[in-house]
Amino acid sequence: MLSAIAEGLQRVFQLDAELWRIVLLSLEVSLSAVLLATVLGLPLGAALAVKRFPGRRGVIVTLNALMGLPPVVVGLLVYLLLSRAGPLGELGLLFTPSAMAIAQTILILPIIAALARQALEDAWREYEEQLRSLGAQGMQAALTLLWDARFSLITAVLAGLGRASAEVGAVMIVGGNIDGVTRVMTTAIALETSKGDLPLALGLGFVLIAIVLLLNAGAQLLKEAAQRRFG
Amino acid sequence: MSASILPLVLENVAYASNGQPIIAGVSLSITAGPSTIILGANGAGKSVLMRLMHGLLAPSAGSVRWNEADPASVRRRQAMVFQRPVMLRRSALANVVYALKLANVAPSEREPQALAALDEVGLRHLAQRPARVLSGGEQQRLALARAWALHPEVLFLDEPTASLDPGATREIETVIKAFDAAGTKIVMATHNLGQARRLGDEVIYLQAGRVMERAPIDQFFARPATAEAAAFMKGELPWV
Repeated sequence: MLSAIAEGLQRVFQLDAELWRIVLLSLEVSLSAVLLATVLGLPLGAALAVKRFPGRRGVIVTLNALMGLPPVVVGLLVYLLLSRAGPLGELGLLFTPSAMAIAQTILILPIIAALARQALEDAWREYEEQLRSLGAQGMQAALTLLWDARFSLITAVLAGLGRASAEVGAVMIVGGNIDGVTRVMTTAIALETSKGDLPLALGLGFVLIAIVLLLNAGAQLLKEAAQRRFG
Repeated sequence: MSASILPLVLENVAYASNGQPIIAGVSLSITAGPSTIILGANGAGKSVLMRLMHGLLAPSAGSVRWNEADPASVRRRQAMVFQRPVMLRRSALANVVYALKLANVAPSEREPQALAALDEVGLRHLAQRPARVLSGGEQQRLALARAWALHPEVLFLDEPTASLDPGATREIETVIKAFDAAGTKIVMATHNLGQARRLGDEVIYLQAGRVMERAPIDQFFARPATAEAAAFMKGELPWV
């Protein structure tokens, strides 16, 4: 056990080529998904926070419920969409990193949108009268809100990133865990563990945890600095 | 566009929230000139009445009409300062520039106008300071600058000094007087009799959502026409 951990660490610090290729692909897939889900999710959250329309509560409840979407189910749905006989089969995306990014986007979009909606609704309660008095409405008010709450929205985006980088089910199904093409950290860990290559699995595990820790620490520092700077 | 958006005429205005009447049967004409104090105890409906006038709330019954048909023009030519100012997470200057941008002021004119407004309230030296780290009094002066930058014809003030210390209150009152002297119509809600006297030309006394009395300031304090107003002043005076 100890020797496996030691070897795992050794592989990380030796910059083992196979290990790093997997790490980079993981980051590429998850960061693309986060970027896409942020671009779609923040405006969605802002619209839900600011606009009043019939059925709004139903939409919010649904969105909150979708935060708990099981990755394997998302994987299955995207698989059906992208498989050769599926409606988007012609794109030939199945078993590519793009398919994985799409699946993760669907998985984390509700998380980012729902958490953003919550943060922005709190801000809106404070800002609404003032902004309406100044004549900001609709889109303009939503954009002001997004910009002013930008530091609290980091939490929403990080929650999405955490979910994307940690999940196995969706990327396994739509990516297929193909060596050198769609193998990412989580699918590799699952595979190497079942094969018995514990050092590689552990090494990847260390890297995964380190990345998540670093990102969260960085975000926390940024938020605190912003708090001091902007109040 | 008409020459003035005043007078503002309220006819039989009522407002209820969750079936609870807050304002009932208010008919008023707010004319250009004298600064108007809306006086009343907490819960009398002062804030709601101000919001009805400013257009943040729609009356449940009755009508609120300006002497101008275009709602966008009405919106641009009035401003409101709240009890607790809401500042955006950006510099003091950028907060004023933001208001000018919403009022469709040309980009090149925004900063000079904003700086002039900050000058007016004595905050120019804090222009680059993040607005949210300013003190309560400074934030309220910034709110006044933000309202002033738009050169409104009518400025609503909803208990602008209620959460400030005496020093900051004096500074705010000085600024309000300057705006009044520059010809802006002041409509201010307060429960502070001393402030009403210092800043007002006329008083509208509000109780339980109804206008009990409207009188020139000296007459109101010397000979209140209603027992309610007299009782309110008796109760308030020891703390002025």
